[in-house]
Amino acid sequence: MTSHAATAPAGHAHHDDRSFIAKYVFSTDHKIIGIQFLFLSLFFLLVGGVLAMQMRWQLGFPNQPMPGGGILPETWATDGVLLPEYYIQLVTMHGTFMVFFAIMPLLVGVYANFLIPLKIGTHDMAFPRINMASFWAAFLAGAVMLSSMFVPEGPSRAGWTMYAPLSARSDLSGVLLGQQLWCVAIILLGLSSILGSLNYITTVINNRAPGMTWFRLPLSVWSLFITAILGLLALPVLSGAGIMLLFDQTIGTHFFDTTAGGQALLWQHLFWFFGHPEVYILILPAMGMVSDIVANGSRKPIFGYHSMVFAIVGIGFLSWIVWGHHMFMSGMNPTLGSTFMVTTMIIAVPSAIKVFNWLGTMWEGNLHFHVPMLNAVGFVAMFVIGGLSGVFMAATPVDMPIHDTYFIVAHIHYVLFGGSLFALFGAITYWYPKMFGRMMNERWGKVHFWLTMLFFNLVFFPMHNLGMGGHMRRIYDPTVYDFLDPMQGLNRFISLAAFALFAVQAIFAVNFVWSLFRGRKAAANPWRDNGLEWSLPNPAPHGNWERVPTVYRGPYEFSHPQASEDFLPQHVPLPGDQEPASAKGAAQ
Amino acid sequence: MTHATIDMMHPPAPAEPGVQAYNLKLGMWVFLASEVMFFTGLIGSYVVLRFGVGEWARPGTVLNIPITALNTFLLICSSVSMVKAYAAIADGDQKGLRLWFLLTILGGAAFVGVQVYEYLHLVHSGFVPSGVRDGSELAERVASGALPAATMGLYGSTFYTMTGFHGFHVSCGVVSMIYLYIRKVLPGKYTRQDYRGVEVVGLYWHFVDLVWIILFTIVYLI
Repeated sequence: MTSHAATAPAGHAHHDDRSFIAKYVFSTDHKIIGIQFLFLSLFFLLVGGVLAMQMRWQLGFPNQPMPGGGILPETWATDGVLLPEYYIQLVTMHGTFMVFFAIMPLLVGVYANFLIPLKIGTHDMAFPRINMASFWAAFLAGAVMLSSMFVPEGPSRAGWTMYAPLSARSDLSGVLLGQQLWCVAIILLGLSSILGSLNYITTVINNRAPGMTWFRLPLSVWSLFITAILGLLALPVLSGAGIMLLFDQTIGTHFFDTTAGGQALLWQHLFWFFGHPEVYILILPAMGMVSDIVANGSRKPIFGYHSMVFAIVGIGFLSWIVWGHHMFMSGMNPTLGSTFMVTTMIIAVPSAIKVFNWLGTMWEGNLHFHVPMLNAVGFVAMFVIGGLSGVFMAATPVDMPIHDTYFIVAHIHYVLFGGSLFALFGAITYWYPKMFGRMMNERWGKVHFWLTMLFFNLVFFPMHNLGMGGHMRRIYDPTVYDFLDPMQGLNRFISLAAFALFAVQAIFAVNFVWSLFRGRKAAANPWRDNGLEWSLPNPAPHGNWERVPTVYRGPYEFSHPQASEDFLPQHVPLPGDQEPASAKGAAQ
Repeated sequence: MTHATIDMMHPPAPAEPGVQAYNLKLGMWVFLASEVMFFTGLIGSYVVLRFGVGEWARPGTVLNIPITALNTFLLICSSVSMVKAYAAIADGDQKGLRLWFLLTILGGAAFVGVQVYEYLHLVHSGFVPSGVRDGSELAERVASGALPAATMGLYGSTFYTMTGFHGFHVSCGVVSMIYLYIRKVLPGKYTRQDYRGVEVVGLYWHFVDLVWIILFTIVYLI
């Protein structure tokens, strides 16, 4: 029976004599994989930001040489002035990097990996080697996508949504190799997400610690679980579409080639059938982690736990039947458009439930505005603005004039930057001690939060006004349109604020790196929280627990009357608490 | 031999009850859900494209239905032999497992072989992913009006993409089964208490079989 011994749930938690490579490079430990994803996606966040700065220069100061633009190759810029072909590549790659290689892996790759086994109380993911393959597929995808920047003709020019026929026909876009590499990278990324998702789903269903019932799961785990289901079912559709697009460019198929019977609109349907669940992949984990942090910062149980769970599940379900709202202007049947309008507006209901529950949690709480809490509250505030502009766009008659304008750009940045990224700044600070054993600097964290909040709003709020004024997205030079002339001052203002927003991120970067080596040593439970992960020493050891803990209650028991402190960890029994029946197997 | 008491065919203990399926089996079901979405994307696109255009080449005019029907029968037989392999090891019958597992591998490999032959034959006659090759036998039939010129491009695109990805899945299955056969089946690693690999690869195999039945119907017969 030796084959059994290898797979049996053994308690070899603290015997860590693996080599450096096995430990930190080709690691199967979910925590190390999470940290690998963290570094990978923060790198791409920086790359995406650098691309955005170049776009903002061109929009604020059209046709003026960009400072430092002289180092760009001739095919990108002449004498420092960006070329239109390069500008659209900046737009395309900024969106691609930020959505697929920064925000998505930051939320899912980092926190699903790091948090799920720690928070549900198990030794590792159900399939550690598949988990490792998931990271290296994402790494390879990122490398391929990045390499497309440096091939002749550069990367794709079709925008991050890759609308056909511009994406499908290189005779129209002028880019072949870069476009093919985009498809290859996206197929690899889809593979990575599917491998990750099936791991997360199996782990959450089958490997919860004794007593960790479904309704004792932290909301972060609930949201990551639903996100994994969305990723599992949405990414294969994108992969299929990416394969068809790749075939159109390599072996001469005609899926999206309208001259040979193909349908350009088919791409839009496939892309947005993936794309709208993707929108919630990019926000649900943020909502879950914000819920954990808000309860902790308010020292109160989360308000409406069950309604939160049902709201997450509801958003997950609704995300499958709203994709048409991205296509109101594509000439689809107006009746169908109305249907999509209604389903989209229904999403406002679970979203509002969540917002009111966060407010209800904070109401009369004993508020502790530590850095994660500040960022979480910032998330709630910005998400409300982004959510409300979403309701505007969901209404077909309103969407028609603002479609493809800066109003859309403002909306997506309010939910992805104001929403997801603020939540991530909070989450990174919050779980940093468990990842690296040290605290990030509190004071500089607060400075970073307030400056980011200020400049973020200065950048993106005026974009609503630009959009209402008819400023099209993705245009290279606004000054060639007379009707945009009055808004050029606003454009320049946004650009200056964007440079400041980018600059203040240096505070976060320095704080992050400095704290790795010089940060204050963290206590095992620095935020005085209830989650199982805080029962482990810092940083959490390989295999997590010698024996998985037993869970006696939900994760939000703050200010419990029977507890001596204002928090009550999930694994600490109170007098009279019964061992759950499922804990019996623990004796072996 | 304390490990002998561990029940490998059920979820790992100690844990809160999930579903009554061990991790590998649950993981395979979850993976198959994603595979369903992948093939739905391809098949859905085929349906949309085909209904979006005019006349399509009639069944049997380009593709060879009898050979593929035989191939379909072969694949279904390999699904049956997979069930027999599973039933054998559930009874602890090593000899039966070795026989039926090998037959399944042979059935899958033969299917891929016939598909490769079919592809070569089609390409030779002028049917390629981009449509019809100039100067080929098929091009003459298109020129004579026997085949609709406007939709042959889409026909080639959808046919090769769908059947190609199915063939890729069958090939992956065959490679996995050969690996399992050498590493696990021949050394007798599967037992009555633990035959997880056979069950999990069997799930995948039946899924691939099911997809083919759908593809054969909508690509060849309709």
